[in-house]
Amino acid sequence: MLKELFTKTTKKKKYATIPSETAKQDVPEGIMTKCPSCKKIMYTKELVKNLKVCFHCGFHHQMNSKERIDSFVDLGSFEELNNGMISGNPLDFPDYEDKLEKDRLKTNLNEAVVTGTGSIDGLNVVVAIMDASFRMGSMGSVVGEKITLAIEKADELKVPFIIFTASGGARMQEGVLSLMQMAKTSAALKRFSDHGGLIISIMTHPTTGGVSASFASLGDYNFAEPGALIGFAGRRIIEQTIREELPEDFQTSEFLLKHGQLDAVVSRSDLRETIASILEIHQPGGINRWQEI
Amino acid sequence: MAGDLEFEKPVVELRKKISELRDYTQNTDMDLSAEIEKLEARLEKLENEIYENIKPWDRVQIARHPERPTSLDYISKLFTDFFECHGDRVFGDDEAIVGGIAKYHGLPVTVIGHQRGKDTKENIRRNFGMPHPEGYRKALRLMKQAEKFRRPIICFIDTKGAYPGKAAEERGQSEAIARNLFEMAGLKVPVVCIVIGEGGSGGALALGVGNHIHMLENSTYSVISPEGAASILWRDASQAKKAAETMRITAPDLKELGVVDEIIPEARGGAHRDLEKQVQAIDQTLLASLKSLSGYSEEEIIDHRYKKYKLIGQYSSLNEYIGVN
Repeated sequence: MLKELFTKTTKKKKYATIPSETAKQDVPEGIMTKCPSCKKIMYTKELVKNLKVCFHCGFHHQMNSKERIDSFVDLGSFEELNNGMISGNPLDFPDYEDKLEKDRLKTNLNEAVVTGTGSIDGLNVVVAIMDASFRMGSMGSVVGEKITLAIEKADELKVPFIIFTASGGARMQEGVLSLMQMAKTSAALKRFSDHGGLIISIMTHPTTGGVSASFASLGDYNFAEPGALIGFAGRRIIEQTIREELPEDFQTSEFLLKHGQLDAVVSRSDLRETIASILEIHQPGGINRWQEI
Repeated sequence: MAGDLEFEKPVVELRKKISELRDYTQNTDMDLSAEIEKLEARLEKLENEIYENIKPWDRVQIARHPERPTSLDYISKLFTDFFECHGDRVFGDDEAIVGGIAKYHGLPVTVIGHQRGKDTKENIRRNFGMPHPEGYRKALRLMKQAEKFRRPIICFIDTKGAYPGKAAEERGQSEAIARNLFEMAGLKVPVVCIVIGEGGSGGALALGVGNHIHMLENSTYSVISPEGAASILWRDASQAKKAAETMRITAPDLKELGVVDEIIPEARGGAHRDLEKQVQAIDQTLLASLKSLSGYSEEEIIDHRYKKYKLIGQYSSLNEYIGVN
């Protein structure tokens, strides 16, 4: 009878399966990723292989600094600079040291930016990659100094400087010292620029506050990844001050492009190629190259 | 006196009492001069106690005092022949920043400053001293002009911050600030910046990349307003007082952190108590600053500025942290 069958199956369900230890290890956390934009679920590994761009809707998931280096710089060419610099607590700000320690353990990074030398399609560059997983990518003394040292390195080697920005802005816990890093990094870029150095800024989600109001906006070429949040003041603060609703695309890459703040919005799959061709055009020689024709 | 602040109240009350007693003595036969003398001695002691132990939050109140002298107050007293220039040549004229050419001790200078209003009407016109991108672009235009004609640049900093608004974002507030930091770093003439009121974040820094940075004794300079810091850190803007103490935003703090060169003393209770005296104090520091920077070549002046900022910041190394050489 149908009824009998039904009872049997429900009885069976009473037994719970306890996965063995090995089985547990086979299913690491985060094996699947849900796209926050289209809500579709996909294999994390495949997503990473696709440069963390959603297969379904093209949403650009945040990349950490390691993923960025692996996908952008020529394999094996990256050599990190100043990895050992860590933040102090200049204002004796309560709990700051604990928060830093926690993020160091969580991210395996010492600070919110990774800098180094490397090559793109064989062309040498200095690259700085901000990592939003460490203190929201905020800029304190170490971030400012590491970026400044990286720019100085590019100046010394006479190679282009490329920066990937991802930051909530200045780091509150270092107060005015964080603010002054905006001036420090901008001064380094100015000097590098006056020596003929090429600056490429690639803004990724999110690039706001003091970082957007300093080196992120100072590229000879300013790019952004699609859909990134980029702006000076926070949306909530603006809504509170002007008491009107802001357009949906406010402070996105597309909004900035429309208002003349970017050269282009470049999707991640085209990024490496785009940057490589810009680097190629800027090979040393400039106008003198015409004599070779 | 009008515009007394909370922390000064004990002094104000005692002063009132003394004057009441004086009136009383004049109108009656009773001689209270002994009492008055006693109270005056107490007043002096109280004043010393209060004004020599001004807390960070009290300084925030002084820096925001509605009667605190503004850029134009100082410009009209320190300089002669001030001619105000308008417009960024791109979009418009932002009255939250004033700038122009003038003579200082008989020699040409370019002077630029954030400008608050004195009353509501003027404050609306000047957007409460919070600039839009065109304000920063006007400032930069005037700085490049100063560089072309080889005159030093003096900047007065006095803003809550760059204006957080839709139009400001559309016209590139970030880029305008960033561009000023970048270009100011490369100016071939001396730049002296003086924080006269509030130095609010990037909006202040965009006029603040100088060879020397000075601060009036009761001015503040910070990465974010105390209210903003409190709402981000503790999700409670009413803890602004605590934030003002934690964030280290006063002139003595900034001097200690190596950001500020000189602290310019203020009259007791703040610059608004005695404008003439304040002008003299600024004059003394400013003149010394410009004199000391006048001997530098173009390259040296840029280098001097570069080194100043390169030294700002504190950090250590991982090896130090884990105890390895």
